[in-house]
Amino acid sequence: MPEAAPLWAALVLPAALCLGAVAAAGFDAVVGGGAGRSGSGVLGTASAPLREGLRLLAQQRRTTPSADVALGRVGLGLVPVAAVLAAAVVPWGFVSVTDPAVGIVWFNAMEVLAWAAVWLAGWGPNSVLSLIGGYRFLAQGLAYELPHMFALTTAGLGAESLRVSDVVGAQQGLWFAVWMPAAFAVYLLSAAAMSYWGPFGYPLGGDAAGGAVAEYSGVDRLLLLGGRWLLLVATAAFSVPLFLGGGQGPLLPGWAWTLLKTAAVLAVLIAARRMLPVLRADRYMEFAWMVLVPLTLLQALFVAVVVLNR
Amino acid sequence: MLDDTVFWVLSALAVGSGIMVFRFDSMARATYALLLSLLCVGGLLILLGLDYLGVVIVLMMTIEMAIMGVFMVMYMMNPAGLVPMSMLHNKKGAAALCTGVFLLMALGIVLAPWPPRAGTAEEDPTRALGESLMGPQMLTMMTLGFALFSTIVATVLLATHRGRYDRLGDDLRARRADDPVPGGVGR
Amino acid sequence: MNLELFLLVAAALFGVGLFGALTQQSVVMLMMGLELMLGGVILAAAAVWHHLAPASADGQVLVVVAITVMAVEMAIGFAVVTALFRAREVDMTDQAGDLSA
Repeated sequence: MPEAAPLWAALVLPAALCLGAVAAAGFDAVVGGGAGRSGSGVLGTASAPLREGLRLLAQQRRTTPSADVALGRVGLGLVPVAAVLAAAVVPWGFVSVTDPAVGIVWFNAMEVLAWAAVWLAGWGPNSVLSLIGGYRFLAQGLAYELPHMFALTTAGLGAESLRVSDVVGAQQGLWFAVWMPAAFAVYLLSAAAMSYWGPFGYPLGGDAAGGAVAEYSGVDRLLLLGGRWLLLVATAAFSVPLFLGGGQGPLLPGWAWTLLKTAAVLAVLIAARRMLPVLRADRYMEFAWMVLVPLTLLQALFVAVVVLNR
Repeated sequence: MLDDTVFWVLSALAVGSGIMVFRFDSMARATYALLLSLLCVGGLLILLGLDYLGVVIVLMMTIEMAIMGVFMVMYMMNPAGLVPMSMLHNKKGAAALCTGVFLLMALGIVLAPWPPRAGTAEEDPTRALGESLMGPQMLTMMTLGFALFSTIVATVLLATHRGRYDRLGDDLRARRADDPVPGGVGR
Repeated sequence: MNLELFLLVAAALFGVGLFGALTQQSVVMLMMGLELMLGGVILAAAAVWHHLAPASADGQVLVVVAITVMAVEMAIGFAVVTALFRAREVDMTDQAGDLSA
């Protein structure tokens, strides 16, 4: 079933990911009640993030004294690059840009690179508030990453393989989301958390005047804020092959099902952001360490027992 | 051809950024130079056919170095390297010793009669590793597990400055633990 | 790309790490040298596995052991530095010389 993608797919992937990010950000703007201007219509509201991105492209770059420019730029660039590299193992239908034997671990490694990159971006401008933002994500990211890793492991365990196409193949008939509900729920939570978005937006929080992005403007700001949307789209898209059967479905071709399911997951995440209160970071971290880690471990144990008795 | 290029680029980056670790004044740069060096080691492992171990090194070392950066900034007196200073001792002796060690190892590497390659790798080295760790090498795995567990205990013990008497009072009868940060097991 | 080349790169990493571990005064920087040395060990083990004995997984197990040693070394090292810093406000090896028995 797995097919090798043609070489041009590697070029299409970043564009497709950006398109997804723009669409998701537009949907978020519409659900959130628009950018504030009345009478601009749904289309105007939906295109607000795109216009904001174009505006940032033309904006001048802000500099700070004694900044560590090199490290800061490495961090800023790494966020979108890591998102694209992570998305390389996500299959479209049944074709992905690359399908390595350890695709799941690769995806996680790229997410962790983006995690470290936020600290670098916060360290760069030599400013207190942005460094606070970077440190926040460093501490909180550990609490997000562990349950996330166990949820990923559980899906690999159920398929007895770390190859993403094998995980999709193992879900013929029964989706992993059905018999690994805890892992799926934790994955969705940590998908938002690992992209420090929505209720988990502390690293860029308003209480720290923007946190890691506080000192950035222009292209720099676009890289970090846009990279976050890219990360969110990539993690949401990866939940489809992991838990929702990938491109499997009746009538429609595989790529259409992938697109539909990804859009549905993104819509759920964005709608949930508008319905859930912002969580206090220390409470969520305690919840993650004390509840989510044991919960995902129990889920993995359950799956392991099922797999052994299959 | 492509493999050769990748090998030389990764090797040069690994050794070069390894040297830069001790030349940068900024601790953040030193930490991330070390990360780059170890990421290149991970890349070289992938080149050798060890996909799983290579990617795991990328994953683990990123987490490790990101945390290491915090400690570097916390404990060094000049973390951002804005005032260059030297924090070395016995530089000449160490340089001579390290050059000697390297030359000795290089001599051994070049002169040793390496045996020919025995057998071929299994189709999926990751599976072979897993079956080995859960089979004949189970004792190794269990030792590693215990080592990691005792590390967790020892680390917490060393790093915390508060014992149970600080938390629960001199007679250990306090109903609520007196913790600087509420929550967790102390509630 | 033969075994010797890989081992030479590993030896170079080991040598650079050794230099750092011997010269750095700060315990934290010293640990970075140790990490680099262990990186060399990992590379050497993987190269020997690939070029000499790919049929058995023992070489891979050695890499796993080395990775674990790296994690343990870092965790214990930071805990010791934290304890030392709490007690004396120092993080330099030269000021902790009296700890050696």
